[in-house]
Amino acid sequence: MAPTPTRTLTALTLTLGLTLTACSGNDTQGITDDTVTVGMIHSLSGTMAISEVTVRDAVQLAIDEINADGGVLGRTITPVIEDGASNETTFAERAEKLLQSDNAATVFGGWTSASRKAMLPVFERNNGLLWYPVQYEGLEASPNIVYTGATTNQQIIPALDYLREQGHTSLYLVGSDYVFPRTANQIITAYADAHDMDITAEEYTPLGHTEYSTITNDIARTEPDAVFNTLNGDSNVSFFQQLRSAGVTADDTPVLSVSVAEEEVEGIGTDNITGHLTAWNYYQTTDNDTNGVFVDAFTERYGTDRVTSDPMQSAYNSVYLWKAAVEAADSFDVDDVRAALDGITIDAPEGTITLDGDTQHVIKTARIGQVNDEGLIDEIWTSPEPIVPDPYLQGYDWAADLNG
Amino acid sequence: MEALVNQLPIGLAIGAVLLLAALGLNFTFGQMGVINMAHGELIMVGAYTAYVLHAWVGINPAYSLLAALPTAFAVTGTLGWLLETTLIRHFYGRPLDTLLLTFGIGMILQQAARDIFGAPNVDVPAPTWLTGGITLPGDIRIHYSRLFILALAITCVIAIAHYLNRSRQGRRMRAVIHNRDLAAVSGINTRTVDATTFFIGSGLAGIAGVALTLIGPTGPTLGTNYIVDAFLVVVVGGLGRLSGTVLAAFALGILNATVEAWADASLAKLIVFTAIVAFLQARPQGLFTVKTRALT
Repeated sequence: MAPTPTRTLTALTLTLGLTLTACSGNDTQGITDDTVTVGMIHSLSGTMAISEVTVRDAVQLAIDEINADGGVLGRTITPVIEDGASNETTFAERAEKLLQSDNAATVFGGWTSASRKAMLPVFERNNGLLWYPVQYEGLEASPNIVYTGATTNQQIIPALDYLREQGHTSLYLVGSDYVFPRTANQIITAYADAHDMDITAEEYTPLGHTEYSTITNDIARTEPDAVFNTLNGDSNVSFFQQLRSAGVTADDTPVLSVSVAEEEVEGIGTDNITGHLTAWNYYQTTDNDTNGVFVDAFTERYGTDRVTSDPMQSAYNSVYLWKAAVEAADSFDVDDVRAALDGITIDAPEGTITLDGDTQHVIKTARIGQVNDEGLIDEIWTSPEPIVPDPYLQGYDWAADLNG
Repeated sequence: MEALVNQLPIGLAIGAVLLLAALGLNFTFGQMGVINMAHGELIMVGAYTAYVLHAWVGINPAYSLLAALPTAFAVTGTLGWLLETTLIRHFYGRPLDTLLLTFGIGMILQQAARDIFGAPNVDVPAPTWLTGGITLPGDIRIHYSRLFILALAITCVIAIAHYLNRSRQGRRMRAVIHNRDLAAVSGINTRTVDATTFFIGSGLAGIAGVALTLIGPTGPTLGTNYIVDAFLVVVVGGLGRLSGTVLAAFALGILNATVEAWADASLAKLIVFTAIVAFLQARPQGLFTVKTRALT
């Protein structure tokens, strides 16, 4: 079909119209007398959607609860939802749009470290504030990001302490091949060297890998005291299925996972993972009143077949932490909010948590859990007290060589 | 040497999975030259068929796997047949357009699965008669589900070979591949043959999907884990040659397992890919070739 003059004209008008809308978008007020715009950026499509959609649901729940309760500084929160599409470039572009066109007062989102690293310069350039909800590999503390998940000394190191207490001194490391497992295993190796523990093997597989026969047979043959598992995503399903096939049971060789939460257990198959261990800061079974209210509200809204997990809970908290900081600062301005972060305390589903202003991480309790036969995770060990975040592990002598 | 012997059964097990994933592609891509990027999603549909039979229809897990095999073959076969007759046939002879078209179909199927079954993986329990395994010398444990997959792959290969060589339909299919024009002149309805080929190729993807629920995650992106490997097997084996596909699948499986014995899985993958690239430099036509004047 040849373009007719009318057609061309229509196309031109449309393009012009779109351009104009885009420009006028810059004038959108992020904060009016009765609303405040915030951004939400999660992968709603692509390979990460499986995890990030649950986090989006949790953020949405918190926003609606706060709005029903009168909003923040008398203003209703209006979220602008963007799809990061499991692609870090998209994350950066959409974040830029949220900050520049939508004038979002703050942004909640991100999951993979790659997406966070891609958004970091955008937030620093525009002086925005990102609330990042997932446990990660540490070695970062941007003034424009608040980390509400655990850093390494709140998850991996307590997990190692636990294994050592249980007398598990030889560890087999299995991980997906990207930055988090590699960094985590460096820390684990340094810890093992300093504490007279033995690393029997360090195996990496590509993301999405499904053939674990060689590794599981190796585990069955070498019989390490425990396996430290930093596999991410679908690979866990194959790994646990094939581990069970190889005849390894949780009694002989427990596997401690740092990226398997309630959400993943069903897909892995409860039978395959019952009895194995996880390290997080929150479980659906965590026993306190706030968590009871949170789990009820979540299942009432999204269905009783849904479970709550650590990243969801951290994302949910981040909205309340932001609200508390805004109210303490009596301002939505990023600099004012940042100045007010230190010492902000809320009663969260994981217990009482406090923001550490220096690192912009959260002071939180570490918990080791054991998967039960209903697919939930029971808490079996808790750190004696909430752990102060130390993303660069400066407080640990044995970690001196890791910072690079 | 000992490592090689020890890893041999694991390599065969990996090869059987590759073979199952690639068998259907041997028809649609190998025989017809259609770069079917949606093949992985047809595998995924097969896997969800197994899930539906178990979780929605409520068939006892002991039999649902066996029931799922023919059902999945019919479901994905019909789906493939529909795609061929309504969309793909209009794109014959235009490989780039076909690639984009089938890639799009794949994304639509993935999203459909996500909307119907939800984004998280679903659990398809293995039948109880497949729990347990055998222990081979060298302390290698092979699970019964692996043996089942191996047996299934071999059964499929025998059935396909029989179909291609002995049945009327199969011989027509080969005639069309070898010389489309001559076949048409001899009175073979090449349209029907194309549609049938696509039906069988897609149906085999469904069978692979059911088998894969035994060893891996069942989720919307299941197919993407296998699609690249499946293409590699078909290309290395030589387009359109069943024997090539079989040999390539087991060769790649054993190579992978052997390398994994001393390098980690990440590195093993890299080495296998490098080996494939080197091999295709020396033999671009793959292990076996067939002279054809088919769709070009």
